[in-house]
Amino acid sequence: MTMTPERLRGATSGRAAQAPVPPARTRRGGTRRQAAWAGLIFLAPTLIIFGYFAWWPIAQSVVLAFQQTNLVDPAEWVGFRNFEILFADPLLSRAALNTLWFTVLSLAIGLPVPLFCAVLMSELRRGGTLARVLAYLPVVIPPVVSVLLWKVFFSPGESGVINSLLALVGLGPLPWLQSPELAMPSLVIVATWSGAGTAILIYLAALTGVSTELYEAAELDGASVWQRIVHITLPQMRGIILVLLLLQIIGAIQVFTEPYVMTDGGPANATVTILLMIYRYAFLFGNYGVATALSVLLALVLVLVSAIYLRLTRSWSTR
Amino acid sequence: MTVTTPTPRRTRPAATPRERAILSGFDWRRPRIFVGWRAMHIALFAALIALGAVPLIWMLRAAISTTTDLVQHPLSLIPDPAKWENIPTAWTLLDIGHYLGNTVVLVGGSWIVQLIVSATAGFALAVIRPWYGRFVYGAILLTLFVPGTVTLIALYLTVLDLPLLGIGITDTPWAVWLPAGANAFTILLVKQFFEEIPRDLFEAAQLDGAGWFTIFWRIVLPMSRPILAVVSLLSIMTAWKEFLWPLIVLTDPMTQPLAVALPRLAQATDPAYLISGLLIASIPPILIFVIFQRSIVRGIGFTGLKG
Repeated sequence: MTMTPERLRGATSGRAAQAPVPPARTRRGGTRRQAAWAGLIFLAPTLIIFGYFAWWPIAQSVVLAFQQTNLVDPAEWVGFRNFEILFADPLLSRAALNTLWFTVLSLAIGLPVPLFCAVLMSELRRGGTLARVLAYLPVVIPPVVSVLLWKVFFSPGESGVINSLLALVGLGPLPWLQSPELAMPSLVIVATWSGAGTAILIYLAALTGVSTELYEAAELDGASVWQRIVHITLPQMRGIILVLLLLQIIGAIQVFTEPYVMTDGGPANATVTILLMIYRYAFLFGNYGVATALSVLLALVLVLVSAIYLRLTRSWSTR
Repeated sequence: MTVTTPTPRRTRPAATPRERAILSGFDWRRPRIFVGWRAMHIALFAALIALGAVPLIWMLRAAISTTTDLVQHPLSLIPDPAKWENIPTAWTLLDIGHYLGNTVVLVGGSWIVQLIVSATAGFALAVIRPWYGRFVYGAILLTLFVPGTVTLIALYLTVLDLPLLGIGITDTPWAVWLPAGANAFTILLVKQFFEEIPRDLFEAAQLDGAGWFTIFWRIVLPMSRPILAVVSLLSIMTAWKEFLWPLIVLTDPMTQPLAVALPRLAQATDPAYLISGLLIASIPPILIFVIFQRSIVRGIGFTGLKG
């Protein structure tokens, strides 16, 4: 996925020629061959499990996308028919736009808020552990549980928890999951609630790596706290921010549990995502070929996003 | 065979408070900064409590409330009247014990498979280092770049009818246990840890006549408790949260874990009982997290990004 053309070229030309094969650490003759056998025995569980449940499905995905399979009749080679069916489905563009909208919304909250929280938390003199536990608790809750819990919170009418809160400040009640405009933001709220803790902890770990000498020097030069954050903290965090941003994009594009459990794609298809479509094609319509074709398209989009992203960010992150 | 087991090398000194971070001691003595940051910290804690603790307390309150109380006082955190019998009623009514048992079985098996795969693969790649190790490692890393959901359908068809073996393992725990082992992150983590063990140790043991298995069992594993603990915690927490995969491969309701059963039960259950179920499904991971929070937080620092 992150194999950019540059890196591939580097691997085939420069690096392969330079890196010599490490000499086998042999003490007696035959150890090398013996290591090969022993290695095979220890690798057997890995080879079997990765073979069956990682490498074979990856290879199969490419084949299945061009086949018609319903598990009853023998698989039939259909060329690009699956893709034609997919592109004729009016729901595809809807699902793609919904997924994009979900991704944009969840980045708008999911990027700045955890970063801000982490910077605040790193300056805590007391209660740091408690703050970390509180921030991470939502992540620990199984996603299905948080989705079902928030579904209760979002219940419409004046007795809903969120609507009661809004009523305290004189707003609402709002039809959260029942209106096509609000359904997607509601899902984003749940997804952010259950995901932000991880980002906060990763930022916190990265923040402890910023060298204190830099802050000291900046302070001696008269830099204000705000200037220190902007000119020292954020630049030092740039690498991890960029990685997390990419992972958040990739994760958001694959959103499933929230729309499946909370809205089942509704109302009026407002929360049908790409993954929900894949699931429906396979397990509702039994059309595994079309489902796989959509998976392959999704994989291509993810590769493309990563490649463009890495290309765009390379110049900043190495500066 | 006498191999003295040295203390694990990764033990870190107890976390000492940092000298300073963005703010210095001098800053803290300036009234404007002191008041401003204190206020922000208080606001932060208020937000963390409101978002981290209150929803869980509300879940506990709702689990022991009557439905009318829930409708009339949705914001209250104290049930009136408290109906503790809700929880045992929900337990029997929704058959929660059965689904919880299924969850434990699925999580336990996934954990064991992940431990076996990551420890043996890490040992082969980092210690034995056969000549083809680089290629195997490369092939393992490749799977990191293919998100699981992308190969979902092909994986399902594989599990439905395992190639060469011709058997299907859907509706059996194996369908969850075995794919859990194909996790490149834990292999990466364990391999990196094993590589830091000094090689002299293995060579000395070999001169004493120890075979690879002895080295693995008597030297490497005892030294690797910290990393195996991190892998265990991560794999257990991940397996407990799993939803989409069990939903697909465990179509027989009797084999499903609680996470898959709950949305199905939600459609025809009184909210208070359903929330009892949600509460029961959350307690084990919350307990594990609160007890082991230091190791888990460190594990997230290690893997960083598994999210």
